[in-house]
Amino acid sequence: MSSLPLVFNAAVGRPIAIDAPAWSTLDFKRLSLSAMPKLAGVTSASRLEVRPIPQMVSSGVREIDTLTGGFPRGCLTEVCGPASSGRTSVLLAALAAATQRQEVCALVDISDAFNPHSAAAAGVNFEKMLWIRCGGLLQKSGSPQRHRDTEKNEKIQKPVEQALQVTDLLLQSGGFGLVIIDLGDTPVKMARRIPLTSWFRFQRAVEHTATVLFVISRVPCAQTCASLLLKVSGKKQSALSCQLSAEAPAHAQLLNGIQVQGELLRSRLERKPAGSVTTEFTTKVRVG
Amino acid sequence: MPFACIFVPDLPVEALVRAEPELRAQSLVVLEGKAPLQKVFAVNENARRAGVTPGMTKLQIEACSGLVLRARSLPQEAAAHAALLDCAQSFSPRVEAAGCDTIVLDLAGLQTLFGPLPKIARALSRRASNLGLETSVAVASNPDAAALAARGFSGVTVIPEGKEAEMLGSLPVEVLFGNSVPESGQSLETFNRWGIRKLRDLAALPDVALSERLGQAGIHLQKLARGAISRTLVPVEPPLIFEEVIELEYPLVLLEPLAFLLGRLLEQLCARLEARALATQELRLDLELQNGWQTEDLSTNNGGTGVLARPGRAQTRLFQRTLRLPVPLLDSRIFLKLLQLDLKAHPPGAPIVKIHLAAEPVRPRSTQNGLFLPPTPEPEKLELTLARIAGIVGEDKVGSLELLDTHRPGGFRMQRFAPEPFSPQRHPSAALRPGSDIEKNNSHFSTHMSSINSSVSEPALGVVEGCLRGGDDLVTALRIFRPPVDVVVTVQDGKPASINCLKKKEMQGEILWAAGPWRSSGDWWEQEGWARDEWDIAVQAETGIALYRLVRDRLTGRWILEGTYD
Repeated sequence: MSSLPLVFNAAVGRPIAIDAPAWSTLDFKRLSLSAMPKLAGVTSASRLEVRPIPQMVSSGVREIDTLTGGFPRGCLTEVCGPASSGRTSVLLAALAAATQRQEVCALVDISDAFNPHSAAAAGVNFEKMLWIRCGGLLQKSGSPQRHRDTEKNEKIQKPVEQALQVTDLLLQSGGFGLVIIDLGDTPVKMARRIPLTSWFRFQRAVEHTATVLFVISRVPCAQTCASLLLKVSGKKQSALSCQLSAEAPAHAQLLNGIQVQGELLRSRLERKPAGSVTTEFTTKVRVG
Repeated sequence: MPFACIFVPDLPVEALVRAEPELRAQSLVVLEGKAPLQKVFAVNENARRAGVTPGMTKLQIEACSGLVLRARSLPQEAAAHAALLDCAQSFSPRVEAAGCDTIVLDLAGLQTLFGPLPKIARALSRRASNLGLETSVAVASNPDAAALAARGFSGVTVIPEGKEAEMLGSLPVEVLFGNSVPESGQSLETFNRWGIRKLRDLAALPDVALSERLGQAGIHLQKLARGAISRTLVPVEPPLIFEEVIELEYPLVLLEPLAFLLGRLLEQLCARLEARALATQELRLDLELQNGWQTEDLSTNNGGTGVLARPGRAQTRLFQRTLRLPVPLLDSRIFLKLLQLDLKAHPPGAPIVKIHLAAEPVRPRSTQNGLFLPPTPEPEKLELTLARIAGIVGEDKVGSLELLDTHRPGGFRMQRFAPEPFSPQRHPSAALRPGSDIEKNNSHFSTHMSSINSSVSEPALGVVEGCLRGGDDLVTALRIFRPPVDVVVTVQDGKPASINCLKKKEMQGEILWAAGPWRSSGDWWEQEGWARDEWDIAVQAETGIALYRLVRDRLTGRWILEGTYD
């Protein structure tokens, strides 16, 4: 068995074998240089194109638009916050704004929590909205001995898996102005189990398109894939808190709205730190 | 005035080969009759070379090896004839069906559209080939000369005006009788006895002598042989029926081989529709199931009707699916994928012996997108995406919604999602926007921005599209719990004081604040009446105050959490 000297070619990424007689006569350096392919297809770093600034669209809330400049097209925008913090109100406002721009929108509703009456009051055009209610076609477990917790986990996990598949299909289909993933009621543990590769895939799918990918959740899920991360929370000194101390009877009370505080946690669209930029707005009740 | 004739040699063979193209390279024999008295009805060229001729019995040909035997299929022949008519109609509106396998069309005035006559003849042949039919095409100055040339010469033939007798002279006299040889056997026998083999021999006979022996029929045959008959074309108006059929030799059990056959049928249908400049918005698939399977009616949500087959006594053996599309389409691959997804969701449940596919023709969609219109999904892709999503989440879980004219909770229904093209008019639901019919008291708007480095005073990046609305326009959304959550409520002084949910630990505790009740009822005049009291409550949660809508069903006394304000 004849052994051939191997020259590792970094450009090709694999070793090249050279004949022994030739190896003994030729200069190693000259041979290795001649065997090395030209780097014609590699672009130098100085010539790399700068990513263009994404086009911004209205989020439907004036204060958020003032804070963030709107929602960027071709990017992933995430709004997180606890229950009763105003996430869904922001969602409806974005949906209404997009449908009134005559854009076709899709809502991937993981926990089937969408209220059509609230949406109608917000001004959503239902003809332009595709509603996907995950959680259907759940197969019942065949063996009765299965642990109850396992079944419960499957019931939660299945809609998330469905949502990821559905979102993939929607983004690959293209043409949607706004695609919303509603993880608002999904347990934090389950939402964090969504692999980062899924978010990267979604981000790549919407890149260079006119689609706004919008996610609402309890905690940040998309991590570095989110170009815009907004945290909302119900303000403690709210109108409701004032009412809490009121002595009026229940039938004279009225839930006037939620005072929402929004904080911009991350924005890849601008270089300056945005950690403490906040805004406040109040939603109105009661509809539906 | 030029005429063209399209002739299909061995139409029964071509009709079968059209559905199964791999048979073209084999020795195909088409049988007719009931076993055991089956006889050869038609053969292809390979079988003819093997010595098989029409009229032989099945027993006689069983000695030959390598033959593929198929039963004659009248529905497939009818589909092939319809395809032939579509082919002719795509060139000229004046088309005559001279026989099952012969179509004559008037080419007057078409030269300015399609070019010279040889080019038109080649285009006709190519179009017929696209429809799965190998044909002979001939062009002549009268319909009968064109028909004789098409029957006698293979490929494309163009007879210049005045040269009919010369070119037709080399054809055998059998072409005069076409498929009606048995009826005209006497005349043919007479010609054979006279030693007349070619048309030029017949054309050279003296008229009077021929008339004395064969009468007017003989004169007519002689004029045909000379190519000198001039008659008026009898155009037909073929109905716009687009159907394709395959009768299977063996029952199909799996969906995968079914998809292959469906693909072929769809390609043929789309080619026919394209030839008539049409598209389709509705596909109807009828599958005939094997005997011995009992069927039951099933209701489906997407407009289709289905049957479920179970082993038992034979009753109805038809499985029907209807595919309705929001826009006219003409893409066989998309149709096939949609049918595959539909059959996967609704399998026939029994072996399939016959496939019948029909398309409802409509005018194709004619739209032109603008540069500045909002993004819209392509209808073809959207339809496929919706079908795939329906396969994941269920058919009733995807679509657009429509609010019902009722105050009953959950008064909406899902409907098919079919976004309309851009319209500058705003949707009526925009009139429901808050601000007009929703109280504005205590609507609070405040903007407070604090920044360490700089304050943001205007949108920083890009161009913000659309209208900006302030917080006073925002509606507090209600997230619905589906199904609603049962809770145990402690009532003090007529209002809820605490809630306790056994299933969800975060939904329990003292009620910090409650507003209500708002009483509503409806449908009391029907069996499904409802009556309820609604409360808005605030409960202390780990992350802050959680706002819920608490509902008491006044008919059953049950307390439920309907949703949370968010």
